[in-house]
Amino acid sequence: MSASSLTDELKGGLDAPICLTWELTYACNLACVHCLSSSGRRDPDELSTTEAKAVIDELRALQVFYVNLGGGEPMIRRDFFELVSYCTDHHIGVKFSTNGTLLTADAARRLTAMAGLDVQISLDGVDAGTNDLVRGPGSYDTARRAMDRLADAGFGPFKVSVVVTRQNVGQLDDFKALADSYGAQLRVTRLRPSGRGADSWHLLHPTNAQQHQIYRWLLVHSDPRSASPVLTGDSFFHLNALGESLPGLNMCGAGRVVCLIDPVGDVYACPFVIHDQFKAGSVRDAGGFTAVWRHSDLFRELRQPASAGACASCGSYDACQGGCMAAKFFTGLPLDGPDPECVHGYGEAQLAGVSAGSAPRPAADHSRPVTLRTSPVRSTREPARHVH
Amino acid sequence: MTTPLLERHLGLDHRVSLRPEPFGALAYHSGNRRLIFLRQADVVNVVRSLDDHDTVADALRSCGVAASRWPAFVAALESLLRSEVLRERVLAD
Repeated sequence: MSASSLTDELKGGLDAPICLTWELTYACNLACVHCLSSSGRRDPDELSTTEAKAVIDELRALQVFYVNLGGGEPMIRRDFFELVSYCTDHHIGVKFSTNGTLLTADAARRLTAMAGLDVQISLDGVDAGTNDLVRGPGSYDTARRAMDRLADAGFGPFKVSVVVTRQNVGQLDDFKALADSYGAQLRVTRLRPSGRGADSWHLLHPTNAQQHQIYRWLLVHSDPRSASPVLTGDSFFHLNALGESLPGLNMCGAGRVVCLIDPVGDVYACPFVIHDQFKAGSVRDAGGFTAVWRHSDLFRELRQPASAGACASCGSYDACQGGCMAAKFFTGLPLDGPDPECVHGYGEAQLAGVSAGSAPRPAADHSRPVTLRTSPVRSTREPARHVH
Repeated sequence: MTTPLLERHLGLDHRVSLRPEPFGALAYHSGNRRLIFLRQADVVNVVRSLDDHDTVADALRSCGVAASRWPAFVAALESLLRSEVLRERVLAD
C-alpha cells in the first residue's frame, strides 16, 4: 500500500476517472485575465439538459467519485440546480467553483439543503486591489458577499479557492486567516498559462524565489494532520524537487485519473489543455464518454510511461515528474523537458529560447470582445515589462 | 486467540464509495476527501461483507479466510478504521 505503488497503478490509467472537471458553460459574467477556459460568451452548441443528464448517467455507471463543476460561471445555467441534484441523487459528489455573483441568499439556502456538495468561491486577493486586478472590478466584493451568504445560511465549511500569483503570494497567511474566519477551508492552486492565462502568465506567475516560498508554506499548511489543512488539488508537485514531497499523488493525472468535459461535450486530457492536441473526443460520439475515456488514442498514449527527456539527468525528476504538461505546452516548451517554473531554473533558461509567438495558442476562445480600459491590469499586460 | 478488533462491529463508513479496480479496489471518502487504495481482492471481499455480519470474526469466517491469515487481515482492517473507510456500527439489540 505504499504511495509509489499507488501512483504506478494510477499512471497506467483506470477504467474510469477518479474525478473529472466539467465546465458547464462558457458563459461568464466576469472576465478574469487568467481564465483557463477563455470564457465569456455562451457557446450555442452547449450540452442540453437531457444530454448533460445522459453524461451523468454514464458517470454513475462508471462509479466516478465526484465531479468538479465549473465554467464559465456554472450558476448561469438555468438548469444548474437540476444538474447538481441529478449528480448528488445518483451518488456522484459535486464540487463546484463559482465567482459568487449569482450566489443569492436564496441560492445559499438551496445549496445548504443539498447533501454531497462542496462550494468553492474563487478569490485571488485578500483585498479588492489585488483581487480585482485579476478578476475584474467589483469581483472582490461579490465574492465576499457570497461567502457571507453561505455562512449566514449555515452551509458549513465551504472552500475559498485561490490561484497563487506573483501579486498574492505574500498574502497566503492572510488567505488562511480569512478562510478560518468563515470556518472555511482554503484551497490554493497553481496558475497555468492556459486560456487567457497564456497572455497574462508571464506577468502573474510566481518568481523562482516565490516558488520556494510557496513550497515552504505548503509544507507546513497542507499537512493533512494539521487542524485545517490547506488543499492544493495536487497542483504543486513541480515544487517537490525542493525536497520532501508535498501531500498528494505527485503525478500528472491527465487522461489517466482525471479529464475535462467542456461545455460542448468535448473531452480533453485536463482542464488546463483546451487545445486540439489534447482533445480525446466528445461525449456526443458513438460510445459516449465511456468510449472516449477507455479507447481514445490520446488517452492511451498518456497512459504509457512518460520519457524524462531533457530532465533524465536531473536528480529531481522522480520528485517533480517534470512538472505540468499544460504549463510546458502553452509556454512553447517541449513536453519531455523541464516545467517553465522548474525550481532549479532549467525551465526559465529554456523559455528564453522560445521565440515570441511560437507557443501554441489555446483553442475554443469564448472571450467577450475586449473594451479598452486604463486599469492597472491593462498596463501590466504591456509586453515592454516582460522580464525573464 | 482473540483480539478486540475481531469482536467489534464494523462496517463501511456511509461517506465511502468503494469501486472495483483490476488491482483490488479504490475507496473514496467524501468527508475527508481521501483516496484509499485496496490492493487485495480478499480484503475487499471482507470489507464488503462486514455490514452483513455481527463481528469482524464472523465476516472473516464467512469469507473463508484461513485462521493463519487473520492477523494480517486485522492489521489491514485496523488501518482502514484509522483512515475512516470503516466505522464502528451500533448493533440493534
